[in-house]
Amino acid sequence: MSKYTYIVFVASLCLGLVHWACSRPGVQTAAHTAVNTERAKDSVIIDSACWPESFSLGHVATEAEIQAWDIDVRPDGKGLPAGSGNFVDGQRLYAAKCAVCHGKTGKEGPNNQLVGGADVKEKTIGNYWPYSTTLFDYIRRAMPFNQPGSLSDKEVYSLTAFLLAANRIIDSTTVINAETLPKIQMPAQKYFVPDDRKGGAEVR
Amino acid sequence: MDDKSSDKSLFSQKIKRRSLLGGAATAAVVFVQTAFGKTIQKAIPESVFKPEDDPTKQLGPFPSELGGRSAFEKPVRKPSDISSRSPLQDFYGTITPSDLHFERHHAGIPTIDPGKHKLLIHGMVEKPLVFTVADLKRFPSLSRIAFLECSGNFRTGKEAMTPQEICGLTSQSEWTGVKLSTLFREVGIKPGATWFLAEGSDAAVMTRSVPVKKGWDDAIIAYAQNGEALRPEQGYPIRLFLPGWEGNANVKWLRRIELSDQPYMTREETSRYTETIRDGKIRMFSFDMDARSIITFPSYPQHIEKGWLEIRGIAWSGRGKVLYVEVSTDAGKSWHRATLQEPILDKAHTAFRYLWQWKGESTEILSRVTDETGYTQPTLKQLIDARGTDMGGYHLNPVTAWVIKSDGSVVFKPEKLR
Repeated sequence: MSKYTYIVFVASLCLGLVHWACSRPGVQTAAHTAVNTERAKDSVIIDSACWPESFSLGHVATEAEIQAWDIDVRPDGKGLPAGSGNFVDGQRLYAAKCAVCHGKTGKEGPNNQLVGGADVKEKTIGNYWPYSTTLFDYIRRAMPFNQPGSLSDKEVYSLTAFLLAANRIIDSTTVINAETLPKIQMPAQKYFVPDDRKGGAEVR
Repeated sequence: MDDKSSDKSLFSQKIKRRSLLGGAATAAVVFVQTAFGKTIQKAIPESVFKPEDDPTKQLGPFPSELGGRSAFEKPVRKPSDISSRSPLQDFYGTITPSDLHFERHHAGIPTIDPGKHKLLIHGMVEKPLVFTVADLKRFPSLSRIAFLECSGNFRTGKEAMTPQEICGLTSQSEWTGVKLSTLFREVGIKPGATWFLAEGSDAAVMTRSVPVKKGWDDAIIAYAQNGEALRPEQGYPIRLFLPGWEGNANVKWLRRIELSDQPYMTREETSRYTETIRDGKIRMFSFDMDARSIITFPSYPQHIEKGWLEIRGIAWSGRGKVLYVEVSTDAGKSWHRATLQEPILDKAHTAFRYLWQWKGESTEILSRVTDETGYTQPTLKQLIDARGTDMGGYHLNPVTAWVIKSDGSVVFKPEKLR
């Protein structure tokens, strides 16, 4: 028997055994052991051949369950809530809740500098954030650092308005809401490219 | 001695023992007999334990519920405000002890009751489902040994740097869980769904967008690490594990997966884990960790002595298996194949060794890995040539050189980033 014929023979035997094993739960273990001894790798593939269409675990998510957790916002605006915010409210909130970490004008730190243009080396909203919607999404889910998740949607909209205006991306009269926010073009967006490494020998 | 007084002293002994165990480190536990002839354990604090004592003349501790390290071994992570680094120079083999696995989190470690934790999968699916942790454990399971590395895993700047300080944000575990593809099969992925959002339930509710293809390929919802439940700092009770991909995308404390036809452009994948490359461009979604190696012995601050020694280290690639590792003991003039320790696993730390006779000369020792895709670990200069002088700080995997001085001291050879 040539090597090729042997492999084909063993492979068909394996498939045959599995088919036989799946239909006879009582002898499944013994049959699988025989198959695995022959060709251990096949067992990885064959394993799921015995699977039912569904394992019927978990429960179908209710609309309320989804609503409670679905807080993400996409660049096209999907996920932005009702309400709106403005620069003046944002400025007041920023001074009260954000300035302690990010500095009086968003430039002083001690933590991440938020305000600054192309002339600034630090990565700021003005020179490094490609999408305006990310600002709303991130502030709502993670800020203020010591009181995460404590801001109302209106407050988040207002802080977004303040930070965009402080970075001279909008003027201080622009009202920010689900309609206006996704339309704002960020200065840094034009620099972003998807991973251009292709794998293989090239250092990139 | 009457029974009552002995009874009393037994109680006071117990209290003492507890305060000892809770306070200073305990070096050993001995057994003493009470007046009733009952054997009880008594702790000996480390301060009175003399290592020169003959261990054959002293009864040792009996079996206990939980083991610990020898009092003589003290490997520790090196924490900062945002991460802690694995002590690569203290490891043997390739599995990172779970309590020494590196950490990186964005708003601390949440305390999560596994009985209450749930995973929601929704969005572009036929049937949105909620799974408890117990549900996830009932699915067909999978174990896989693989490394996990933060894409910001490179530090340089001074000679006095250990492997831990240079690249201690990589660790390796055997991860156990359910394949994400198994869960995809349950919910039914709609045609057109190309990305999914993974969201954690930490205080940052951290999110990353991941291509659906990775979910079908080899992503795991892991609930165990090295034979036990995940450590809290590694995502207890469940985390996303993406073999070979940058650490940040392996979302911990996972609570939600939403299928979408586009990425979400979250903060971490836009303003954080992205890197400047040539012509002012910023590279994003650079998931794969390119091949890398480092010699962990000899390294700073060790000293070597003349004679034969085994140069040891680890090599890995996020794109496949390690093909070979080369070692140079003459500052890169000539290279020699190192011996690889089996098993050589896909996307896993692989141990290498090279026998070397040091005759007292001052020199530099280096290692470089080539993976099965044909990629050879670059020098820092090659990386700068490829990415430009404004090269960002992520995905840096340069060849690391150790300087051997004629007195046997070893220091890191820092190179200028720009």
